[in-house]
Amino acid sequence: MSKERKMTITIPREEYMSPGHLACQGCGASLAMRLALKGLGQKTIVCIPACCWAVIDGPFPHSSLDIPIYHCAFETAASSASGVRAGLDMVGDTETTVLAWAGDGGTFDIGLQALSGAAERNDDIVYTCYDNEAYMNTGIQRSSATPIGAWTTTTPVKHYKKERKKDIIGIMAAHGLPYIATASVAYPEDMVKKFRKAREIRGTRFIHVFAPCPAGWKSRPEDTVKLARLAVQTGYFPLFEIENGERWTLNLKVKERKPIAEYLKLQGRFRHLKEDEITLIQQEVDARWEKILKNCGL
Amino acid sequence: MSKKKEARKITFESEKEMPVAPMSLGSMLYNKTGAWRNIKPVIDLSRCIKCGICWKFCPDASIDIVDDWPQINYVYCKGCGLCAEECPQKCIAMVEEEK
Repeated sequence: MSKERKMTITIPREEYMSPGHLACQGCGASLAMRLALKGLGQKTIVCIPACCWAVIDGPFPHSSLDIPIYHCAFETAASSASGVRAGLDMVGDTETTVLAWAGDGGTFDIGLQALSGAAERNDDIVYTCYDNEAYMNTGIQRSSATPIGAWTTTTPVKHYKKERKKDIIGIMAAHGLPYIATASVAYPEDMVKKFRKAREIRGTRFIHVFAPCPAGWKSRPEDTVKLARLAVQTGYFPLFEIENGERWTLNLKVKERKPIAEYLKLQGRFRHLKEDEITLIQQEVDARWEKILKNCGL
Repeated sequence: MSKKKEARKITFESEKEMPVAPMSLGSMLYNKTGAWRNIKPVIDLSRCIKCGICWKFCPDASIDIVDDWPQINYVYCKGCGLCAEECPQKCIAMVEEEK
């Protein structure tokens, strides 16, 4: 290729995450943090409850992020962030963004009460849930974000998960938040754009990030981005935003959705599924997709 | 960041040396994660179209842009193979690590 051609840079070059962190190979969560901070910038404080990122960041007295991190208890991501925000307001700092960065366990299950409280008070924080669909840090236990049909260590193959994934976006939309978005690590430009947009909005902002986990999903580490992309292209994890609790926008209009089987077959946690069970999952995905299209007015 | 990042592990001789509050004093750069690797990515720059996709997707921030070319930082690359998988030119090969 020609030597004169410039490198295509579509997202900010600044790195706020240093290498040497403790994430597994091909970790979707570490990629999510890297992209999120590219959108939020240097003036950010992160509150991290017990989750994979509490480990990835590194042991005391080291940290792999170039911004301040506050490690808090499992259920308090949102309330700690509210507290940090209140402290910053007291010293007159309105510029700094407070980011609560919790996993799906800390958002869907354990932290839901604190999150709902912060959302009700409309505290000025960015709450991000990076969703790897189980308690990966403690050994792949089922969470309420685990999708139907999935294997985890607490839902073994014979008794795989029969319940649906909790509709966290629906719950947050019911709170009427100023900004809600879903983002995927496979679409970095979209993700950085959403975090940048969230930074400029005041009030509680909720971003649901899809972060594949090779260790827990029993997938190949190199497939992380492919899985995240397939999740969007199959309609399993659509990319959309909700402004002021009512204006829905679909960011990526998938014309021809791929069959969900393509996404499922790359993961060992769905290996036990039979043809008719995959058909059932396909129907669920279709129903959810139709609902989101309807909400977006399409 | 004003202070230069050092790849040094911080240790304390006694508890008196420790800070009053548990706070971070240095970066994780001392942790040379390249040792985790079994296979390593090698970029064939003659076929590289400088799309920046490998740099964009590296979960370990281990691909640097040096003189407008992607360069893999083998000190920290964990060898996940994401860059090789995502490269549209397929010009990144995963080769066995010699040890």
